[in-house]
Amino acid sequence: MNDFDWAFLAETLLGGLLAGVMYSLVAIGFVLIYKASGVFNFAQGSLVLSAALTFVTLRDHGISFLNATLLSLAIMITLAILIERIVLRPLVGKPQITLFMATLGLSFVIEGLSQFFMGAAVHELDLGIIDVPRAFGPIQLSQFDLIAAGIAGTLVIVLSFFFSKTRTGISLRAVAEDPQAALSIGIRLQRLWRIAWAVAGVVSLVAGLLWGSRQGVQFSLTFVVLKALPVLIIGGFTSIEGAIVGGLIVGASDSLAEIYLAPLLGGSVSTWFVYVLAVVFLLFRPSGLFGEKAIERV
Amino acid sequence: MSSPSSILRRPFTQRVLWALFLAFLFLAVPKYSSDYWLNAILIPLLIMSLAGIGLNLLMGYAGQASLGVGAFMAVGAYATYNFLLRFPTLPLPLSLLLGSLVAGVIGLLVGIPSLRIKGFYLLATTLAAQFFIEWIFSQYGWFSNYSTSSSISAPRLEIFSHDLSAPTGRYLLTLSVVTITTFLILRLVRSQTGRSWMAIRDMDTAASVIGISVYAGKLRAFFVSSAVCGLAGALWAFAYLGTVDALSFNLDRSFQVMFIVIIGGLGTIFGNFLGAAFIVLLPFLLQYLAGKWFGGTISAGDLTNLQRAFFGGLIIWFLIKEPKGLSAIVGNVSRFLSRLTASLSLSHKTHP
Amino acid sequence: MRSRLLRKLAPAVAIASAAISLHTASAEETAKEQFIPLATFRTGAYASSGIPIWAGLIDYLTYINEVEGGINGVKLNWEEAETEWQVEKGVEAYERFKNGKNGSPVPIFLPHGDPISKALTEKSLADKIPLVTLNYGRTESIDGTVFPYSFPVGLSFYSEASTVINYIAQQAGGKEKLKGLKIATVYHDSPYGKETFAPLELLAKTYGFENIQIPVPHPGNDQSAQWARIRKLKPDWVFLRGWGVMTPVAIKTAAKTGFPVDHIIGGIWSSSEEDVRPAGPVGKGYLAVTTYPAGTNFPIHELIRKNVIEKGKSNLQDPKSFGSVYYNSGITEAVILVEAIRTAQAKYGHRPINGEEAQWALEHLNIDEKRVEELGLTGLFQPLKLSIKDHEGGGSARVIQWDGSKWNTVSDWIKSDRELLFPLIYEKSAAYAKEKGITPRDASAAN
Repeated sequence: MNDFDWAFLAETLLGGLLAGVMYSLVAIGFVLIYKASGVFNFAQGSLVLSAALTFVTLRDHGISFLNATLLSLAIMITLAILIERIVLRPLVGKPQITLFMATLGLSFVIEGLSQFFMGAAVHELDLGIIDVPRAFGPIQLSQFDLIAAGIAGTLVIVLSFFFSKTRTGISLRAVAEDPQAALSIGIRLQRLWRIAWAVAGVVSLVAGLLWGSRQGVQFSLTFVVLKALPVLIIGGFTSIEGAIVGGLIVGASDSLAEIYLAPLLGGSVSTWFVYVLAVVFLLFRPSGLFGEKAIERV
Repeated sequence: MSSPSSILRRPFTQRVLWALFLAFLFLAVPKYSSDYWLNAILIPLLIMSLAGIGLNLLMGYAGQASLGVGAFMAVGAYATYNFLLRFPTLPLPLSLLLGSLVAGVIGLLVGIPSLRIKGFYLLATTLAAQFFIEWIFSQYGWFSNYSTSSSISAPRLEIFSHDLSAPTGRYLLTLSVVTITTFLILRLVRSQTGRSWMAIRDMDTAASVIGISVYAGKLRAFFVSSAVCGLAGALWAFAYLGTVDALSFNLDRSFQVMFIVIIGGLGTIFGNFLGAAFIVLLPFLLQYLAGKWFGGTISAGDLTNLQRAFFGGLIIWFLIKEPKGLSAIVGNVSRFLSRLTASLSLSHKTHP
Repeated sequence: MRSRLLRKLAPAVAIASAAISLHTASAEETAKEQFIPLATFRTGAYASSGIPIWAGLIDYLTYINEVEGGINGVKLNWEEAETEWQVEKGVEAYERFKNGKNGSPVPIFLPHGDPISKALTEKSLADKIPLVTLNYGRTESIDGTVFPYSFPVGLSFYSEASTVINYIAQQAGGKEKLKGLKIATVYHDSPYGKETFAPLELLAKTYGFENIQIPVPHPGNDQSAQWARIRKLKPDWVFLRGWGVMTPVAIKTAAKTGFPVDHIIGGIWSSSEEDVRPAGPVGKGYLAVTTYPAGTNFPIHELIRKNVIEKGKSNLQDPKSFGSVYYNSGITEAVILVEAIRTAQAKYGHRPINGEEAQWALEHLNIDEKRVEELGLTGLFQPLKLSIKDHEGGGSARVIQWDGSKWNTVSDWIKSDRELLFPLIYEKSAAYAKEKGITPRDASAAN
C-alpha cells in the first residue's frame, strides 16, 4: 500500500468535516428544542425548507438581500413561537412518542402550506458565494463549503457562549435538567420556551440559506433532518458540544464510507451507514457522547 | 325479561352477527362492488389495517416504538416472491406463511438491541433497519431475480388452480388472509403473551420483578409484529399493486402505518381498521368536499397541498384531544347510543 | 359487551355498504366526445418538472379542439387526477378512469411515472388499455409480442444510452475513437437509473470504452462523495442519469470539484430548464439529449400562441415555460395521442375510440417526415413508425447545450444503435415471458 493516495484521504476527510459542520448547525436546532420541550422536532426539516422558501420568494419579488434576511428572520421567529404555543404547550407531559408524532403532523402542515403559498418550483438561492474549488497543495476543497463551514462554525460558537455564559442559556439548561427545581427557583418557563424556539427559528434560517444555496431550494431540503438524527444520537440530544462533535463524526464517516466502503459493496451506502454507526454507538454509550443518562421508567 | 339489550349480549347472538357480517364481506361485497372500489379502496384498506395490526402489537401492546414497518413489509414481499419463484410447487398460502416467517426472523434480529436501548433511541434502531434493508433489496439483484429495476411481480396468483388475478380473486385472497390473521392475533393478545406485553409496556421494571421475562417478551413482540407486517407487505406487492420495488416500502410507508396506529388507537386491534379506513378514505372525502364547495377553482396541486396540511393538522388535533384514537371516539358514540336505547327501553317498561 | 360489538361492526358495515351502493353503472349514452384521462402530478418533489409538461399537453389538445374542431369532428374531453408521482395514487387514478366517462371509453392511458407504469403493466393488459410512456418505461416492452399493451414510445432508455455514446463518438471523431475512452455514468439509484446498465455494458464491449457506474442515492441532494470519486477517476465524459433535484446538484457539485461541465451529458430526464436553472451560472456548457428540443420558433408554437395563449385558454402557469423542453415534451405526447386516435378513427370510424382499437392504431402508427411537416413540428419531433416488434418507433435524439439562460440545439438527430440493442431487448422480453408464463403473440399476424 505504498502509493496509497494520502492526499485524497485527507481531502475526503476534510470535505466530510466541512459537511459535518453544516450538519451540526441543523442538529443544534434540534438540541435547542429538545432542551426546551423535550421532543425530537421532526418538523425542523420543514422549518428549514420554509425559511429558505420564504427567503427566495421575497428575493424573487425584488426585495434586497438584507431586507429579505430580516423579514425571513422575523417570520421564522414568529412561526417558531406560534408552534411552541399551539402545538407543544398542550402536549406537555405526554409520552415522547406522542410529541414526536405531533411534530410529524406539524411537518406536514408546514410543508403543505409553504408549497401552497409559495409554489413547488425549484429555486436557486444565490448567496453571492461562487462555488469553485480552492487548492491547498495537493488537496482541493470547495470554496463554498469553507465559507459555509465558517458561518456555521461561528454561529455554533455564539450559541455555545449563549448557553454557558448568559443567564437565559443557563436557565434553559436548568429547565432541561430538572423542570421542577427550575420552577421552584423562579425561572419563567414560558419565556424560556419562547426564546428557545425563537433561536431554533433563527438557526433554521441560517441552515436553510446555507443548505438551500448548496443544493437548490425545494422539497428535498427536508431530508437534511434524517441525517441529523444520527448526529444527535452520537452526540447526545441535550448538548451543543455533542451536536458539534456528532456532526463532525457523522460528516467525516459519511464521506469516508461513501468513498472507500461503497465501491467494495457495489453501491452507495450513505442512506444507512451513519444510522448503523449510530446504533453501534447506542449499544456502547446509550446516551451519546455528551448527553445525560436516560432516565429509566420505573 | 328478555329485553333487546340482553338478547344482544348473548354469546350466541354475537356469533350469529359475526357470521352474517363475514358472509356479507365474503359474498355480497365482491358480487356488487365495482372494480374500482375493490382495487383502489377495499384491498389497500384491508392490507394497511393488517400492517397497522402488526405495528400496533409492537407499539401499542408491547410499547416499543418502531419506524421500520416498511422494511419488514419489504422483507415479507421479497421473501414470498422468492419462495413463489424458486419453489413453484409450494401452494400460495404456504409461500405467504414462509415469507412472513422470514420477516419475523428479521424483526427478531432488529429487536435484539432492545435489551440495552430503550424508548426513543430504539426508534433510531428501527430506522437504521429501515434504511439498511431498503438498500439491500435495491442493491443485490439476487432478491429480485436480477430484474432490470429490482422490481418484483408475482409469477402467478392461484390457489388449487383457481386463478386469483382478477380484482375479485385478489380481494378474496386479501380478505381471507386478513380475517384469519386478525382472529389469530385477537387470541394472542388475550393470552398470556399479550398480557405480559402490556405489563412490559406499562411497568417493565415491575414486570420483571414478578417474573415476566421482559427481554423474551420484547423479542416475541418484534417477531410477531414483523411477521404480520411481512404478510401485509406480500399482499401489498401481489394482491394490490402487482409490482413493487424496494422504494415502495420506504420511510413514507412506515410513517403512514404509524399514523394508522395512532389515529386508530394504540393498543387496539379493531382500531387499526378504523385508522386505515381514515387514511385511505380521507383524501377522497376531501377531494369530494372541495369539488362541492369550491367547484373547479382549486387546482389539483393546490388541493393536494391543502390536504397535506389538513392531514397534519388533524393528526395534531387527534394527539391533543383524543390520544386513544378513533376507536375511543367510536366507543364513545356507541356508548352514547346504547345509553339512549337503554333509557328508551326503560321508559317503555315503566310506561306500558 | 354489546357496545363493543357495535363499535366494531358499525363502521365496517358502513364502508362495505358504501362500496356496494356507490357502484356506479356507466351511462349508456352515445358519446359525442373522446374522453382522455390525464394522470398528472402538480405537487410533491417533482412538481416543477410536471407542471410545464401538462401545460404543453393540454395546450395542444385545446388547440385541436378549438382550431380543428376535434379529431374528425370528435372533440376531446380530458380530466386530470393528481398522483404526486406516487404509485398508489397512479393506480387509483387508473382504476377510477379506466371505464371511461359519459359513454366514451379510454383509448390510451398515460401513467406519467416510471414506477406507476410498472405497476400498471399487467392491469392495463387485463383491461386492454394501452399504456404509452414517452421516453421512459420498461424497455423490454418494445417487444409487442410479449407486451401488447405497453408502448415505450420515442426513445427508450437503451436508445438514450446509445445516442449519448454516439454523440461522444461524433465529438471524438468517429466510433473507432471511442476505444480507450473513460465514460462514467452517474445515475439515480433506482430502477429508473439502473435501466441503462445493460445497454452500456453491451456498448462498452462493442466499442471498447471503459464503462464506470456511479450510483447516487435518492434524492441526490449531496453528491460530494460521488464527484470526489470522479475527480480521482478522471473520466473523459460523464453521462448523467438524473431525476429531480439530483440534476442541478450534480452540475453544481461537478463545478465545485472542477470537472468540466461541458463534458457532462444529461439524459432525457435531466434535460429541461427546470433541471439546469437551479444550478446557477456554473451550469453554462452543460449538455443533454432530448427528443423535444427547446424553442418557440417551430410552426406549431406560432399556432398555439395565436389560438390558445392569446385567447387566454392556455394551461401555462408560468408564461416563461412556453417552449421549454418539458413544455415541448407535453406537445410531443399530445401529438402521439392525437395521431393514434386519428389512425384508429380511419379504420374504425369517426367516433370515440376504445383501448383495443387504440392498441391496433399504435402498432400501425406511422408519423413520417411529411406528416411531421404537416403538423408544424419539423425539427421538434422525430418521425415515428411503430410495429408489433417495435413499440419504440423512433430511437433518435438531438443534443442541446445550456448557455446560461437558454438551451441551444447543437446537433442534428442522432440515431441509436438499434440493430445492436434489439437482440438484447428481445432476450429480456423472452425471459419475462418465461417467468410469467406468457405465450408471445404471432409477430407475422398482420391485421
